[in-house]
Amino acid sequence: MRTPLAVLIALLAVTVFQMCKPQAPTLISGTDAAIKAYVPPGKYDEFYNFVSGGFSGQMTVYGLPSGRLFRVIPVFSEDPTTGYGYSEETKAMLNTSHGYVPWDDLHHPAISTTRGEHDGRWVFGNANNTPRVARIDLKTFRTAEILELPNSGGNHSSPFITENTEYVVAGTRFSVPIGDKTDVPISSFKENFKGYISFISVDPKDGKMNIAFQLKTPGVSFDLSRAGKGPSHGWFFFSCYNTEQAYTLLEVNASQKDKDFIMAVNWKKAEEYIAAGKGEKVKARYARNRYDETTHTATSEILTEVLQLDPAQLKDIIFFIPCPKSPHGCDTDPTGEYIVGSGKLAALIPVFSFTKIQQAIANKEFEGEFAGIPVIKYEAALHGEVKKPGLGPLHTEFDDRGNAYTSFFVSSEIVKWNVKTLEVLDRVPTYYSIGHLCVPGGPTRKPHGKYVIAYNKITKDRYLPTGPELTQSAQIYDITGDKMKLILDFPTIGEPHYAEAIPASIIMPQSVKIFKLEENKHPYAALGEGQAKVERKGNQVHVYMTAIRSHLTPDNIEGVKLGDDVYFHVTNLEQDWDVPHGFAIKGANNAELLIMPGETATLKWKPLNIGVFPFYCTDFCSALHQEMQGYIRVSPAGSAVPLKYSTGKIEDAAIDASR
Amino acid sequence: MVSAYFVPLWQILMWAPQYPEGLEMKIWINTLTGDVKIISALNHYIGMKHIEVAMFPEFGYMIYIVGAIIGTGLVAAWWGTRMGLWTFLLLLLLTGVSALVDFYLWGYDYGHNLDPTAAITIPGMSYQPPLIGTKQLLNFTAFSGPDIGGWIFITATALVAATLLYEHFIRKQKP
Repeated sequence: MRTPLAVLIALLAVTVFQMCKPQAPTLISGTDAAIKAYVPPGKYDEFYNFVSGGFSGQMTVYGLPSGRLFRVIPVFSEDPTTGYGYSEETKAMLNTSHGYVPWDDLHHPAISTTRGEHDGRWVFGNANNTPRVARIDLKTFRTAEILELPNSGGNHSSPFITENTEYVVAGTRFSVPIGDKTDVPISSFKENFKGYISFISVDPKDGKMNIAFQLKTPGVSFDLSRAGKGPSHGWFFFSCYNTEQAYTLLEVNASQKDKDFIMAVNWKKAEEYIAAGKGEKVKARYARNRYDETTHTATSEILTEVLQLDPAQLKDIIFFIPCPKSPHGCDTDPTGEYIVGSGKLAALIPVFSFTKIQQAIANKEFEGEFAGIPVIKYEAALHGEVKKPGLGPLHTEFDDRGNAYTSFFVSSEIVKWNVKTLEVLDRVPTYYSIGHLCVPGGPTRKPHGKYVIAYNKITKDRYLPTGPELTQSAQIYDITGDKMKLILDFPTIGEPHYAEAIPASIIMPQSVKIFKLEENKHPYAALGEGQAKVERKGNQVHVYMTAIRSHLTPDNIEGVKLGDDVYFHVTNLEQDWDVPHGFAIKGANNAELLIMPGETATLKWKPLNIGVFPFYCTDFCSALHQEMQGYIRVSPAGSAVPLKYSTGKIEDAAIDASR
Repeated sequence: MVSAYFVPLWQILMWAPQYPEGLEMKIWINTLTGDVKIISALNHYIGMKHIEVAMFPEFGYMIYIVGAIIGTGLVAAWWGTRMGLWTFLLLLLLTGVSALVDFYLWGYDYGHNLDPTAAITIPGMSYQPPLIGTKQLLNFTAFSGPDIGGWIFITATALVAATLLYEHFIRKQKP
């Protein structure tokens, strides 16, 4: 009798123990989720979502709420698919003072604004590794300009923009030794290392970028930033960590102080000092690369000077505001009155008031100085703290109803709270460990407040596994009701950091369909088959080639010799929407070309062997795309084979380029 | 009718699975507009000629014909007799019919006189565009019909005819 009883008790104990074990979260999403994220075939999404590609170096374009991927825009990384960075025309885009840099790490997009609202002219992106800012034209979705930043060690707090896109900022994540004293011991950090903030002016007509001025700031790490808006227009706010000025094991050594800073910059004041001639021109070396849409060609220039201001000498440009524990996000609300600091190790969210900051400055309510810069008293600048919001706040976006949405990396959730009352209203888990988040129009004066999108750092079990390397992912939540509702997971390219979303109605009507042939000013363009030809200049052979459905002209080329450099300048003669042609040749050591209608692009090809080499169109352009092919003959160096070329000529017919 | 100089007279519209937005060709008094180059680029696969303004001598003299018609109309109005109006109607109808015949003949040649070396040849297939109305040509649905200018001409002709009918049947019966 005793044994069965013991077994029974044991079974019961196991059952009870199992019942007590906490269950893994099983929440999926509401039953109406599918319909909310569903965009029927052939219908358009409501928003464009410009998402950073992180370590892919590119920017991706998705539709919301469907999460469908439309395009990967090559920005800081070369792209053999389109030939970006490989074609003779685009190599210059990736030039820097360090030479050609084929890769970077893009963290933050910023869509241009007018009066604090998204205007859809350009989207900017930052290069976190080799410090640069790119401007992408939203008519063509192509990178139009890349500007390198001197005196920067890593461009993280960038490319945030002022209300009317007057400036794009770039703050260095690494302070670095600068000027003549760069070969210094790393341990001399406090003495020799400086941080710099660059204010890049943007020409309102054509978007051309120029470093207007740099602010010399103490040697700390700048993390993120946001411009003021409305009443706080004229100010900029930067979060900074490592005010301990550690140079090793920052994980520990930069986490010692209870508070780091948010740096408030009065850029209107900086403009006054510049107008008064207080700026100092300092030698520097940095590249500026611009893409010309009429020549379809980029040019790179190295600039040698930059204008600097020293806020330790010139008072009232910058002020520090203490902010708990290594602040990361530093976000201004749509009214421009509130600045949300997110200490990534803090268990509360401080919200600062612009009015109070102004009063504190006027009343000199300072608690001291840091490297010669006044530090405003924490309480004097504070609107209030959001208590117990979660663990590890990172970033905050806003809706149009006075609510804020803060991402929490450690507790893996989005928390909704009221900006004025600081009351926590709702929280929803993310899968897993959210980094940035995005509300359409969220950083502007006019948020559209329909969705919040989580860009996660960990994906784990959310998708079918693909070996140790898994997809990256984002999640869309409906925020129209009181409770946030998960409606869709979608995979992303590269690791997504920040993203912005803009109504499709702003971008869609301006989207370019073709490049007009009559506006093509490429020096090697063949604007009709009659202009197709092959020219020899020393050991350079220039092929002026045309592509139209479904042939390349010329498609038979002879007289190329070993040791020659062959340049295929291919012009797509199509003037019809969505008819690109491609160009690839056997043994090319670089890439292929994708040439849009009306465009000219050049592939350099150096043959290493004699023989006959095929080339063909790579973009399935028509029913006879497979027939769109040709041959080039390579003869030994010193061979007597004459240069000749043709299309549609049988046997050795006479050369007729004037057809 | 003077507006014929400023608006297209005839239109040809085409749709295909790859062209849901459609392609159009507008025929004016002295020129062609629209997606003519794209249509030509597509049609070369089946050996159709490249459509150019120069291949239509009509564009050289149509302005004079229309001018003469308008002149006749003005003379008829000034003359103010039924005879004048009859002449004008006859002229309008004759012009309309000969324009359609001319268009048909061109369409027949364009659709039948194909390049024998064309990439796509389908035995027995011809691609004559519809004279008026809709027709399926391979993957394209083609429509041909009057444009604004054409409708103005048709309306004018109808008005002249209506006036004459009114004069003939109703006014006559009145004492």
